[in-house]
Order: sequence, then C-alpha cells, then structure tokens
Amino acid sequence: MFAEMTVASALEMLGRRDISACELTAAALQRIKDTDEVIRAFVTLTEEKAMTAAEEADRQRTAGAAAGGLAGIPMALKDNISTRGIRTTCSSRMLHNFVPPYDAAVTELLGQSGAVLLGKTNLDEFAMGSSTEHSAFFPTRNPWDTERVAGGSSGGSAAAVAAGQALFALGSDTGGSIRQPAAFCGVVGMKPTYGRVSRYGLVAFASSLDQIGPLTRDVRDCAMVLSAIAVHDRRDSTSAAVETPDYTAFLEGGVRGIRIGVPREYFAAGIDQNVKNTVRQALRVLISLGAEAEEISLPHTEYGIPIYYLIAPAEASSNLARYDGVQYGFRAESDSLWEQFRKTRSQGFGAEVKRRIMLGTYALSSGYYDAHYLKALQARTLIKRDFDEAFARYDVLLTPTTPTAAFPVGAVEDPLTMYMNDICTIPVNLAGLPALSLPCGFICGLPVGMQLIGRPFDEGMLLRVAYAYEQHSGLQKERPQLPRQRGNSQ
Amino acid sequence: MKITREEVAHVARLAMLEISEQEIVQYTEQLNAILEYADKLKELETENVVPMAHVLPLHNVFREDEELPCLSREAALANAPAEEDGMFRVPRVIE
Repeated sequence: MFAEMTVASALEMLGRRDISACELTAAALQRIKDTDEVIRAFVTLTEEKAMTAAEEADRQRTAGAAAGGLAGIPMALKDNISTRGIRTTCSSRMLHNFVPPYDAAVTELLGQSGAVLLGKTNLDEFAMGSSTEHSAFFPTRNPWDTERVAGGSSGGSAAAVAAGQALFALGSDTGGSIRQPAAFCGVVGMKPTYGRVSRYGLVAFASSLDQIGPLTRDVRDCAMVLSAIAVHDRRDSTSAAVETPDYTAFLEGGVRGIRIGVPREYFAAGIDQNVKNTVRQALRVLISLGAEAEEISLPHTEYGIPIYYLIAPAEASSNLARYDGVQYGFRAESDSLWEQFRKTRSQGFGAEVKRRIMLGTYALSSGYYDAHYLKALQARTLIKRDFDEAFARYDVLLTPTTPTAAFPVGAVEDPLTMYMNDICTIPVNLAGLPALSLPCGFICGLPVGMQLIGRPFDEGMLLRVAYAYEQHSGLQKERPQLPRQRGNSQ
Repeated sequence: MKITREEVAHVARLAMLEISEQEIVQYTEQLNAILEYADKLKELETENVVPMAHVLPLHNVFREDEELPCLSREAALANAPAEEDGMFRVPRVIE
C-alpha cells in the first residue's frame, strides 16, 4: 500500500486519522528493508531519527497544534545536502566521515514543515555523472530494470521515489542531475529557476549552475514540495527575493490557448527514434487538450555540451580546492604538508572528479583562459538569447528529457559519451531556467521523460501544463514490479 | 593533440593531484577528446558578445553590518582529522 501512495494521498489519510505518521514511516522503512538490497538508493538510513520525527508529527496532530504542510511525510535527501548530525558524504571517499555541523536551508525548511527524513541517497561522486556509477560506494539500480542505471547524479533520490521507498526526495541539478534520473526512473523531477531555492548547505559543484529541486511520484506532489522549499534565504547571496506562491494553485489551469514551442534541435540525430515518437505523441495529447504548438529553432543548442564541459569543471576545480584534509573529511597522513595535500586529494577523489578538476584547472590556467573559459562564457550568452527570443512568443518549450531510455549498468565507459546524456538538459542550466521532466510513456518497459522548459520564475506554468498532461495520461499510476520483493510490505 | 603529457603533468601539479605515469597517459587521451570536442566553440563569432558568468542580474548583495550567530569552535573542530589546543593540526611547515 505504501508504494502506491503520494504525498497528497498520505496527507489526506493522516488528516482523516486513517493512518498515523509512525505507521507511515514504519511502512517506508520496511519497504526500504525489502527492496534496497537490490536498488541501493540509500547511502545512510536514519531510522531512529525518522521514528522520533514521526512521533512528534503524530503528537502535534493529536494536540491539534498547527502542523507543518508536510507533517509526517517520509522523504529522502540526496547526500550532498547538509544534514546536521547526519553524515553527508557526497558519495565520496573524501567526505565518507563528514558530519555537518549545520543544516542546509532546504533541510531546515522540510524539518519545519514536519517532513520525516528517512535517510540520504546515493549520487555520482560530488554530483558529477549521469548514472550513479561514479559513486565511490556502489551504483544505484533502476527499479524498472535492475540491470540498468537509475541515471544521475540524483539517481538514489529518483530510484527511492520510483521504488516506493520514500514519498518524495530532493536532488540537485547542475546539468540535468534531477531531470535525467527522473526520466530514467519514471518520476516527476523539477529543476527550479536558478535562485528559486536556496543553495545554502548544498555541497557546491558548479555554483552558477547548481539548483536543488523535488523528485516526486506526480505533478501535484511536485507543486507541494516546491511550495515548501522555494523560500528566499539571505545566507545564499544568489537566492532570489521572490515571494513563494502556493504552487498547487497553478495545477488546474488547463492548457487551452497555451503556446508550446517545440525546438527542432532537440529532435535531431542522436535522439533515439522511439524517444522522439513517444514525446511527439505526448505533444499531440496536449494539442488535443487545447494547446497550440509550433516548431521553433534554438540555433545554439549544439554548443551546450562544449560550453558546459568548460564552465562546470572550471567552477568545480575552484570549489573542490577546499578539500585538503585539514578541516574535515579524509586525510592521507604525511610528514610534509604539501605531500599531505596531494596524497589526500589523489586518494580521496575518484577518477571522474579528478578528470573534471584537471579539465577545469586547464581551462582556467594561464594561456588558455581566454580561448576556453572566456569563450564558453560568451557562448553561454548566446544560449540564453535563444531562449529569451523563444519565450517572447511561447509560454513553454517541450523536448525529450534524455536522448535514450535508461542504459545498462557498465554500458557507457567513455567520458564524452556519458556527457552526451545531458544534451537536452544542459542548456536549461546554462540559461538558469526552470524545467520539469515527467513520464510520457514507455519503450520496452522503460520509462521515457518529456521536458517542459519555462520562463524564469514561471514554475507555475510548467506545473499547469504537466498536470493537464498527467491527468489525461494516467502514467503517474504506473509502478515498477520490483524483483525479490520479500514478504509483508504490499 | 590539444594537450601534451607534459601539460597534463603540469595541470596535475596546479590542481594538487598526484597522478601516475599510467594516469597521465589516460588523462591526456581523455582530455584531448573532450577539448577537441570543445573546439566546436571556435565556429562561433563572439567578438562583441558579453560573457555571462551568472544568469541573475545581481551585482552586490548587502546586509547590515551586524553580528550573526556562527559555529562554535567545538563544532568547527568536530570533523578535524587532527586537532591540538583548539586548532587544526597539520605537519610542521616552518623548520
């Protein structure tokens, strides 16, 4: 039963006293026990803390106290989001023992809303990757086919939601790290506008691109969770001083007269034909519901990946300079401080992280800065202009989220091939726009995601269009059949 | 070739990474593949394009100069691999 629930349905049941928060959290923990040996979504479980938080939610509800909007809802956080007193590893050897002394802003906000933290989810080390295979601990498996990857870097969060282990999870998205695993795992994932959600306490990867967002089982849940976390925070100087709307108020708006732009570059060679067909079928549904659609061009799309793979590693090489084994995290002992720095970093970081640090250091180094980094920043302006022009005429853009459905574990070894996975998602981060991935069908039993891209701070429009589609498709009710489900969690 | 083995070794030193001969060969190959792909940007005419480091129209974010709560020394040191007398301990730097 727990695996069938949503945030909204669980809140209704809690409100009617059909279930207690303790029962709900116990069901979630049982479900994790039954399934996570195979899925491996969680790096750390916080069972005792979860039960204590659930008891508190029940106490408040019984006392008739004003409970938070998500009181008693079991959820999970990607393990690059700081949690006070709970280890936050970034799935890296470098931080395997790091216990943050403070909460991230989103951790605080969810705590205030009464949500119950079940544990921390797996990711590609420091959020660098598209499959969770770069986790220093283990890869996360796709609940729809456990021989395949869950996507990444927020693969643990996406798999936990898809496998019915948590009612929602938060991830972070630098080049597609929420949307791509959401598409692979058949859940809803949103990257909000840059600045919409505070990054305070998110372990930094590429600061001009990183954004935290929700992964949920349906669009209504996405709106509910976003409403809880999209709050201005002066501890993040890039947090936007924008009011927090009740995002659920946008859901029922319908799509009649909504203008959808369909950028042809996102349906070009390199995108699987079945993915294209599935997304185009979804577009036809939206047109049948009253939306207007036109093919458009975003001419600089093909430059997205080269721009990203100069800018993101450049920012990462700078952000990750802090890991020196002095203040926290892993340290390789040595008699010499300089040798200690080098050994700590060489043994503490995995191959992909080192590769990106090297690339970024090179792009920023003397003699190459103008040719690589500066050129990429200028090209980034051109990407942004493409979108600005499109949004002068269209309310929302519709594309595939990923070029293919989930690929088998171990199938992609070449770094550049792995980077191509983010071809549809990267331009959105470069332009700082909000985008949402939602399930739009299946190919051979594997979920396919479509991406909706919106104007800055127009998350409401994305939710409105996504909800209209979802109500029609009913795809949010599809659940994977997990192998080796043992015993009593139905 | 965009980047030579010598340059890879130099970049590793700048990044404070110790890499083996075998890794130098591997990184040279992989970084070249990525940089050759990045050469695509040369097709773009960007002479009069303003570089965008950040999407938000933010310049400076100020607040009142007032004392705010911060971490205690104990909390700040709690994760230290080594500490002594309330400070982070590292190998001797000055002889």
